[in-house]
Amino acid sequence: MEVNELLIWARGPAFNMALAIFVFGMLLRLFEIISLGRKSDLSAARDSGLSGGLRTIFSRSLPRKTVFAREPLRILNGYILHIGLFVVIFFYRPHIELLGLDLAGLSSSVIDAVTVITILSLFAALLMRLYSPVLQHISTVGDYLAWLITLLPLITGYMAYHHLMLDYTQMLAYHILSVELLLVLAPFTKLTHMFSFVLARWYQGYLAGRRGVES
Amino acid sequence: MSKPSIKKGIDFIKAQIDAPVASFFSSCVHCGLCAEACLFYTESGDPKYTPINKVEPMRRIWEQEYTMLGKLKSALGLTKPVDEETFKKWETMVYDGCSLCGRCSVVCPVGNDISGMVRKIREGFAAAGYAPPDLIGATQRAVEIGSPMGVKLPAVKAQLRHLEEDTGLKVTLDEKGAEYMVLLSSMEIMNFPEYLEAIARIMKQAGKTWTIASTAFEATNSGIQIGVSDLAKVIVSRIVDAAEELGVKTVISPECGHAYTAVRWEGPNLIGRPYKFEVKHILEVLDEFTKAGLIRTEGMEESRLTYHDPCQIARKGGIVEEPRRLLNQIASNFVEMSDAGAMNWCCSGGGGVSANERAEEIKLTAFNRKKSQLDALKVDTLVTACANCRLTLEEGLEHNGMDIPVVGLTEMVAEHLVEEESVS
Repeated sequence: MEVNELLIWARGPAFNMALAIFVFGMLLRLFEIISLGRKSDLSAARDSGLSGGLRTIFSRSLPRKTVFAREPLRILNGYILHIGLFVVIFFYRPHIELLGLDLAGLSSSVIDAVTVITILSLFAALLMRLYSPVLQHISTVGDYLAWLITLLPLITGYMAYHHLMLDYTQMLAYHILSVELLLVLAPFTKLTHMFSFVLARWYQGYLAGRRGVES
Repeated sequence: MSKPSIKKGIDFIKAQIDAPVASFFSSCVHCGLCAEACLFYTESGDPKYTPINKVEPMRRIWEQEYTMLGKLKSALGLTKPVDEETFKKWETMVYDGCSLCGRCSVVCPVGNDISGMVRKIREGFAAAGYAPPDLIGATQRAVEIGSPMGVKLPAVKAQLRHLEEDTGLKVTLDEKGAEYMVLLSSMEIMNFPEYLEAIARIMKQAGKTWTIASTAFEATNSGIQIGVSDLAKVIVSRIVDAAEELGVKTVISPECGHAYTAVRWEGPNLIGRPYKFEVKHILEVLDEFTKAGLIRTEGMEESRLTYHDPCQIARKGGIVEEPRRLLNQIASNFVEMSDAGAMNWCCSGGGGVSANERAEEIKLTAFNRKKSQLDALKVDTLVTACANCRLTLEEGLEHNGMDIPVVGLTEMVAEHLVEEESVS
């Protein structure tokens, strides 16, 4: 396949297919969760489960002091990674055009810097995973796979933008293909958490809310 | 308990998996922060005590039984089965190394209720026959005799007789139409009889009618700690039957954390219907009495003291402000521990750990967290509101050569009641 053809394929049919798998896969995963249902709680509520659930969806984005004091770097790195990914995905002008969003976007040099920071943050996360005894103990192949498929679009995007190693068109095609790999695999890795965290926080927050417990 | 088997254990775990559990496992990113909230990990440094690792067998069963991808992986032989080895290996993590304190659940960034899942997975371990012998014994005694420590009605009657001789306060058993039915924990009957006297004096001053049911004086529920819902139901049903038979308005859960969780939150779900009465923890009742002016206190404790929040009462029960309001009325030198309130560290003996002799070593290791909290505070007195915390704290302090008396808040309030004669 010619480089141009590859790019056209990657941008067109391949992207649509990957997006379809992503959407369908995520819906399937969420259906797998919700369809299990839960028994209604018959104990007398002290307070509202509804407001507890809604509150926890947001409040859990901030760490508890007691844990932050023990692992400040791991937690800060988590913020950098998530905010970095959000910014490079949704605030880079070519992405905005592609996604048809109505956002002003950020200048390419800012996006470039955020990309570097996000890549460094991913490597910091990898080092923590490799060297912390707790993380060693609980890590699985899936954790490294999720790490890799998150890293590839960042690296290829960065290299395409800076015309590194390969011809721009070819690198751009690889960048798009790596995003498609991410889209296809995300529903089947821990990256499901990008949506399911809302459910998890809701369920725990609901329980806590009924008991009048902060969560 | 019917004959345990691995198959039964797996089936029981399957039965516990619902949408919340599936959402928790789907969301876990293996960040490991739960470990930093767990005193069994922070004090031992052993990563096997990472909370999410304790429920790994449940995760495997969820993946293999309730996800398409997991079924596919199983078919290709890519998943780890849950077998006898798994139960053997995880038993001590599930029971000895977890007090169900719930700190992990509140720090999880994606919102996973990990301690709730440990509570659930215990159902499977008990059904498979992999539960601590001491907890099995306690549960059998609770079902057969009526109390996990084997305390029988005559012991309660003897306490009531002593109470009458010492104070002239008479408590009638099984009094129909009383407003309150008071529950006790075995530990209060055997080790801390001050509690009963305190209740009698407080109720007298408040002018409330109360009784103790001869068929349901025991509040604790080891069925919940070991994770056998059938037996937990038998134990809680006694309380429900007695309370509804006597027609009381409110059942008072004693100074015992897990008893409160059992009777207040799990009970209605175990029996499958709401109660016809209210359940309140004694601290809630004391706070209400004080607010309504039904009880009045005088004098202040002057010693430097702090309050240990029992996990099931504060973090999992929502009772955080009540003990502080009460203490501020009767103590002039009340200081807070680090992480006090909803984030307090467990005493290390909850969730059946203190009743499990095999867990003694890890429990004393985990107690070092409380020790360092107390070392930093330098208090003369430690106040709490859970007989199990109290005993665990006393043992831990003793073990570390620390001379700090541990007092129940209810009895401290009773000591400061305005003398009867001066109340009109």
